[in-house]
Amino acid sequence: MSGPASSPVLELRDVTRVHGEGEAAVQALRGVSFAAYAGELVAVMGPSGSGKSTLLTLAGGLDTPTSGVVSVEGVDLAGAGAVGRARMRRTSLGYVFQDFNLIPALTAAENVALPLELDGRSGREARALAREALAEVGITELADRFPDHMSGGQQQRVAIARAVVGERRLVLADEPTGALDTETGEDVLRLLRARCDAGAAGVMVTHEARHAAWADRVVFLRDGVVVDETGADHVESLADATAQR
Amino acid sequence: MTVKNALLALLEQGPMYGYQLRTEFERRTGATWPLNVGQVYTTLTRLERDGLVAEDGADTEGHVVYRVTDAGRDEVAAWFTTPVARTQPPRDELAIKLALAVTVPGVDVGSVIQQQRSATMAALQDYTRLKRRGPDPASTQEPHDLAWSLVLDSLVFAAEAEVRWLDHCETRLRRAQLERPAPSPAASPATASEETVR
Repeated sequence: MSGPASSPVLELRDVTRVHGEGEAAVQALRGVSFAAYAGELVAVMGPSGSGKSTLLTLAGGLDTPTSGVVSVEGVDLAGAGAVGRARMRRTSLGYVFQDFNLIPALTAAENVALPLELDGRSGREARALAREALAEVGITELADRFPDHMSGGQQQRVAIARAVVGERRLVLADEPTGALDTETGEDVLRLLRARCDAGAAGVMVTHEARHAAWADRVVFLRDGVVVDETGADHVESLADATAQR
Repeated sequence: MTVKNALLALLEQGPMYGYQLRTEFERRTGATWPLNVGQVYTTLTRLERDGLVAEDGADTEGHVVYRVTDAGRDEVAAWFTTPVARTQPPRDELAIKLALAVTVPGVDVGSVIQQQRSATMAALQDYTRLKRRGPDPASTQEPHDLAWSLVLDSLVFAAEAEVRWLDHCETRLRRAQLERPAPSPAASPATASEETVR
């Protein structure tokens, strides 16, 4: 584990992203600086159009900024080129989507192993790591099942396993609980939380305050700008009460 | 009132002295609303005066023990079968503050909303941290743990509702600003300076 003074796993420095040109240009992000460190889960909140999805897309290397720098583990994503970014998506960072995005023709284990196999790992090694990841999210017994035969909560667990498989240190989640009921959603948050507690950096976009509250820090975006950030410990009396129990 | 009914309900489970009552109350509500022992004894005195509890001697250490009377039992039953009145909402400082912020000139309502949202969000994070630290709700068999975790959920839901309401206020405010006829660009600096002079 790295110390508190370590460099961030994800860093956005003065990032601007403009969609379109001329009169029709829309500034999705305007000079945003943001960092996520190993061991923390950061929630990004904001109304639609605030730029939160753009932020996640840039962090995941699915898009590049108009200006500014996005780096993952010290590597400038724009400088890495399309091939380099694709490689990082297979090895350094994982993405969890609202609608799971599993491949229906592959079993749970095959879905999880896929990024590793695409990265050139042997089938045997990839499958072993996939089983480990499925065990981490508590669904070893579903390894050979197809997505269509799983509940939403189970599919999202597979998606999380796929996002964390191997040595990835950055997990990006876009409304990961959006399609799930309250209890199942909390299970998913528990897993993301556990992965971050184990040393990964997590960034989760959500519009649900109750889910954002699972994060160590909450960043508020408005019109492409970070307007506020919270992470302080205010309700001390309650914390004390629990400590005494 | 709440403390009175809560103490009566506790005494229905068996005679207790003041400090025990306080401990039991806080055990079940997670010390979210701390009670001081003085308040417990004042309430017991009033309950005794009203015939709802009676002294039941003293224990070996000399603590005066109270028991519930039949009238007290009826009172507890009535409490549990009557809904808490919601027709007269208690004064809500935040709602009052926003109502005034949108009507008093010169208040930056957007920042009032954002500051509150951050504060409420921070409280929500703290509640969630306590929830995470506590026993898994799915496997909780202990009634006291369940009671405390439900109290915590009530705080979580209330904070969540407040954040949603603040989001709603912000959206309504923005819409109102957009719909308001904007002064022409040439006229606005003049209007601004005029207001400053006044």
